[in-house]
Amino acid sequence: MASLLGRFCRKLVVPGSAHGSRMVSTTSCDSEAVKSLNLYSAINQALHIALETDPRSYVFGEDVGFGGVFRCTTGLAERFGKNRVFNTPLCEQGIVGFGIGLAAMGNRAVVEIQFADYIYPAFDQIVNEAAKFRYRSGNQFNCGGLTIRAPYGAVGHGGHYHSQSPEAFFCHVPGIKVVIPRSPREAKGLLLSSIRDPNPVVFFEPKWLYRQAVEEVPEHDYMIPLSQAEVIREGSDITLVGWGAQLTVMEQACLDAEKEGISCELIDLKTLLPWDKETVEASVKKTGRLLISHEAPITGGFGAEISATILERCFLKLEAPVSRVCGLDTPFPLVFEPFYMPTKNKILNAIKSTVNY
Amino acid sequence: MATAFSATLPLHGSSSQENRLLLPSTRLPPPPPPSSFLGSTRSLPIRRLNHAHASRRSPVVAVQEIVKAKKPTNSLLITKEEGLVLYEDMILGRSFEDMCAQMYYRGKMFGFVHLYNGQEAVSTGFIKLLTQSDSVVSTYRDHVHALSKGVSARAVMSELFGKVTGCCRGQGGSMHMFSKEHNMLGGFAFIGEGIPVATGAAFTSKYKREVLKQDCDDVTVAFFGDGTCNNGQFYECLNMAALYKLPIIFVVENNLWAIGMSHLRSTSDPEIWKKGPAFGMPGVHVDGMDVLKVREVAKEAVARARRGEGPTLVECETYRFRGHSLADPDELRDAAEKAKYAARDPITALKKYLIENKLANEAELKSIEKKIDELVEEAVEFAEASPQPGRSQLLENVFADPKGFGIGPDGRYRCEDPKFTEGTAQV
Repeated sequence: MASLLGRFCRKLVVPGSAHGSRMVSTTSCDSEAVKSLNLYSAINQALHIALETDPRSYVFGEDVGFGGVFRCTTGLAERFGKNRVFNTPLCEQGIVGFGIGLAAMGNRAVVEIQFADYIYPAFDQIVNEAAKFRYRSGNQFNCGGLTIRAPYGAVGHGGHYHSQSPEAFFCHVPGIKVVIPRSPREAKGLLLSSIRDPNPVVFFEPKWLYRQAVEEVPEHDYMIPLSQAEVIREGSDITLVGWGAQLTVMEQACLDAEKEGISCELIDLKTLLPWDKETVEASVKKTGRLLISHEAPITGGFGAEISATILERCFLKLEAPVSRVCGLDTPFPLVFEPFYMPTKNKILNAIKSTVNY
Repeated sequence: MATAFSATLPLHGSSSQENRLLLPSTRLPPPPPPSSFLGSTRSLPIRRLNHAHASRRSPVVAVQEIVKAKKPTNSLLITKEEGLVLYEDMILGRSFEDMCAQMYYRGKMFGFVHLYNGQEAVSTGFIKLLTQSDSVVSTYRDHVHALSKGVSARAVMSELFGKVTGCCRGQGGSMHMFSKEHNMLGGFAFIGEGIPVATGAAFTSKYKREVLKQDCDDVTVAFFGDGTCNNGQFYECLNMAALYKLPIIFVVENNLWAIGMSHLRSTSDPEIWKKGPAFGMPGVHVDGMDVLKVREVAKEAVARARRGEGPTLVECETYRFRGHSLADPDELRDAAEKAKYAARDPITALKKYLIENKLANEAELKSIEKKIDELVEEAVEFAEASPQPGRSQLLENVFADPKGFGIGPDGRYRCEDPKFTEGTAQV
């Protein structure tokens, strides 16, 4: 484990500080040591830092003790002990409820749900308890210390129950936050922000990128603010909005579109709830066109919310209808996955038809 | 309808409580006189084992008692024909799973595949006692349950390859083996999800018998693992099954590990069979590596369900020889533990029994093995030669009416609509 963490500068972060403050990595360190890491290693680093900086934080879930099925929790049990990093029995509802209880008593509970497809038994606890705890107790209690991590999204061979993207269900719940990183560097910063945020957060990790995505990740403790979208590629003809693994696909489509003379602006939403409407609005007012892409089925997906809000705010500036390139309205298929997914070609076609509207 | 279900005699004699199906009406009619359907209140001949100290290696005394009580004419538990059927079924399960592993590593099969090596005695022991109209509900480790139930090896292999000739037309894959013909109500990727489904299926057969007065004594067998026994759905169904006295058998395939989570470390009381009596049904523990012991317990449990006496919880102590799935490096389990169970391979044990008791000779068993090898090879060839499903299948069966979703107003499949590639087609 030592080799993974290396020497790092630790910024003193006060737990529970306001999520809006920008804590950028470059300030207090002597040298910004970075290391090339993949997604699960970055998340692993974030968890190590989170447990180190707060003695009352715990990580638990199914199989986290040996490192988890995706190796995100490697080394935690050895370093912090079985009292803080432990396996639970196979009961998602119980696990999340248990986490809510811990959080309500002032601890930080980082719960792992093994696959986002299995989060549904816990949906009741998240929606009815975690989201409403502060509200209905009149701020006497809150479960802000709760962070639920779950790998989501297609992985190529997952089939019905190892590939789902349930973010839309959670975006309909006032009281929780939904955060989805796109890369290792983002994941570490966003996860630390989510853990330290004084609200319960559901953190979806794109499982496709666990090993595939490799990036230079600063080794110290840094946080990326929630509810701030990022324009990762500037453009002038059309705005593309996405999150998680889908951004890699969208980026490919942007490059292809550029060859055809279309300048695309790509925005990573990062936090889906509450989402950064201002950034997207400003971008659409500049370009006049919007395309949203996500893996989840199109009907009722989060793209619908973005589309409706942007229409309200930018109606007169829009040159074309808002386009959504998403998964089909079927259960996530097994053999047909390549046909179901919003692929680069689908996005490219939609970009062209929107620009040529 | 109300009267048939309105009162069940409690199992253990406390007569003041009545278990009733909750009906929305105000007054319930008085309970009918006890009929033979409601079952006797005498306790099952399989006595609950009362251990002073919980020992996992305790012999299953109870089963031997049943065998003694029956006083068979010969001292053997099975006849030659039965023995050969059991042997063939277990060899089929083992060869099939080994072939799956080969195919997976050759890239013919993909996805998450969970193999059943080592646990064949449980599947064979139970399912070979069932009829075609009895239902089986399984987990993601369901290939062998499907095979034992009668789904052809070709159909299962094609399903694994994702071909249209598979039992679910390639839609489900490894973890979702369904067969209407054989009443295989599926593999379930999600642990515990199948148990309520099995409970509902069991209710159907009771309803058919009691209310529709059809001659139906179908039972349902639900298979699941030790990890599932910590899940809420399991307890909810134990309660409902006992409450409504359903013809269901809950079979726990306790192989001690839930991926990397040891059963002993994750369960407050690791003896799962004890949870049966807590809900008012018998709980039995049996050595799941011995197909004959499993079969004896299964016979009694199935007979009980057919007589209408209600559910049974059977805990089979078994072990999986391979990792949780083909992607699992299986580093966590102790080599000594693996060796211990490998020595108790159910197939070797049955072979020894058959030969020692002169029920079969080496040649007959070898010919069965050869036959099965050929069957499995043929299944692979069939699967490879089968076509992939057409793209239109993606949109079928989302709703009942395929036209409503899969076929557009122009009569063609929506997936052939060019707007589909843009993702902007009206669906």
